[in-house]
Amino acid sequence: MSEPSATSKRVLITGISGAHAQLIATRLFERGHEVFGIDRRPCPTLPKGIHVYQADIRKRPAADVFRTRKPEVVVHMATTTHYSASRQERLRINLHGTRTIFELCHAHGVSQSVFIGRHTIYGAAPDAPLFRTEDEPPLAVTTFPELADLVAADLYAGTALWRFPALGTAVLRLVYTLGPVQTSTLANFLRGPRVPMLMGFDPLFHFLHDFDAADAVVAAIEHNVRGVFNVCGPPPVPLSTLCRATGRVAVPIPAGLFHRVNGRFGMSKLPRGAASHLCHPVVVDGRAFVAATGFRHQYDADAAMSAFRDSSRD
Amino acid sequence: MDPHVLLRALPNRMTAAVDARLDRLGLDFGRHGTDPYGISRAHLRVFYSLLGWMYHQYFRIRAFDIHHVPDQGSAMLIGNHSGGIPVDAGMVLASLFFAREPPRHAHGMVEKFAQRWPFVSSWFSRVGQLPGLPENAIRMLEDGRLLMVFPEGARGTGKLYTQRYNLVRFGTGFMRIALKTQAPIVPFAFVGGEEVVPTIFHAKALAKLTGAPYWPVTPYLLPVPLPLRCEIHYGAPMRFEGTGDEADSVIEGYVQEVKSAVNQLIIKGLKLRGEGAA
Repeated sequence: MSEPSATSKRVLITGISGAHAQLIATRLFERGHEVFGIDRRPCPTLPKGIHVYQADIRKRPAADVFRTRKPEVVVHMATTTHYSASRQERLRINLHGTRTIFELCHAHGVSQSVFIGRHTIYGAAPDAPLFRTEDEPPLAVTTFPELADLVAADLYAGTALWRFPALGTAVLRLVYTLGPVQTSTLANFLRGPRVPMLMGFDPLFHFLHDFDAADAVVAAIEHNVRGVFNVCGPPPVPLSTLCRATGRVAVPIPAGLFHRVNGRFGMSKLPRGAASHLCHPVVVDGRAFVAATGFRHQYDADAAMSAFRDSSRD
Repeated sequence: MDPHVLLRALPNRMTAAVDARLDRLGLDFGRHGTDPYGISRAHLRVFYSLLGWMYHQYFRIRAFDIHHVPDQGSAMLIGNHSGGIPVDAGMVLASLFFAREPPRHAHGMVEKFAQRWPFVSSWFSRVGQLPGLPENAIRMLEDGRLLMVFPEGARGTGKLYTQRYNLVRFGTGFMRIALKTQAPIVPFAFVGGEEVVPTIFHAKALAKLTGAPYWPVTPYLLPVPLPLRCEIHYGAPMRFEGTGDEADSVIEGYVQEVKSAVNQLIIKGLKLRGEGAA
């Protein structure tokens, strides 16, 4: 990253106990920002000086954090995926929680909000362009119905750009992250010794190193970006390469058998819609974010895959 | 289908000619052998080894005036489509790779239905043949790459033998993209493709079953290409002024100019063979 920011900001991070949120919090703190967070989970591993308020983002104590600490920047990361929550819970956390946070930002005069979204909302489809720009429609709402709540949260966050013009909102659609953090969506997919592939397909997977992902969010805050941005790093690699480089065995499964063997034989269990991501790529064009922030990834795909492989051996 | 397994099955003399030329394509394959578009060096080795055999031995292709294709930078190759299965596309790619100095790799714009087919979809992606979408075309041209487009689309390859060398309607999307990206258009004619897979009718039930727009049936039933000699004639680059936002009538006029240039090259090719236009 570049030199520490000259202007210190009061930054609130929701979902701060998540592994990636901790990386971002630590980086911001080291760069001289005042950082605090909200999470239902405790977080003893954060540096001293980063206070965590144990609260649900939709409940009254969370509103009190806004009232008493008066954050200037809010990074909203309190979202969840199918790996850790049921459909109803995801809807409650992802969509209703996002709504609450943006309303609190507006009510308490926050100057900048950053919503951490995912590139998977673009969906994998045979007739989709290889590189998805920010104005591509979120096809995942039909190709991957289990992501509907995240699609809704992403689009809802984007409405803050016109609903609350005084609140500078950035929606960051990050590609998969990979590296030493073992809890990302891609890390969960690669968790087992064997990784399912659909026979005859080998889609490109787009990811960036966990540390680069954290740096990108810091760059968005320090450059005070506003708008919707794809965030990516090195070029994508085929799934077969990803499996090989992370020491996994790729298991090609005929499409007709996929749902029968899903989650068995040492492979992670995937929601039905994920099958589309094993056929077609979801690759994004991140040039707009680079132009807005000057962000450059520090780790190539090989470094991210090696870091994940080495970390998963421990 | 692992390309490395296929490579082991191919004789060395087939791959040797490909290796040196692959290195001159100027593609950055990175540490894992794939470029930013997912093009794989190993897949290209297999692809061009097989195409090379077809180009030199099976169809004994002759490429004329290939110097019209620029040494570097973007260009759109626009030609006639023919022959039930797109042998012409593969042979145009092979001509650019084997017959021109320095070799170039072109990206075809593939019919979207092929993306649903296992193995086919994956191989197309690994050898840089992307779904035929304006976004993909623009990205490639802006990146200084060569694009191969058949504006007749499946209407072209679906022609029956009795309609051979009669150009059908050209789509107009390619012209707007050429104007928007300021890419030159290099017209070409593929002559011989209509005889290679002489389609006498379409098996509609098979087409429906496979998701293909048609299924060609030849006098010998299977759509297997015959080992007949073919030629590719390239024409001088054409440049058009505009932004790509012109009225349909203007675009149609430009497209007709390109169609006419392709037709002239077909007539030239047929004359060289001692045949008149059908």
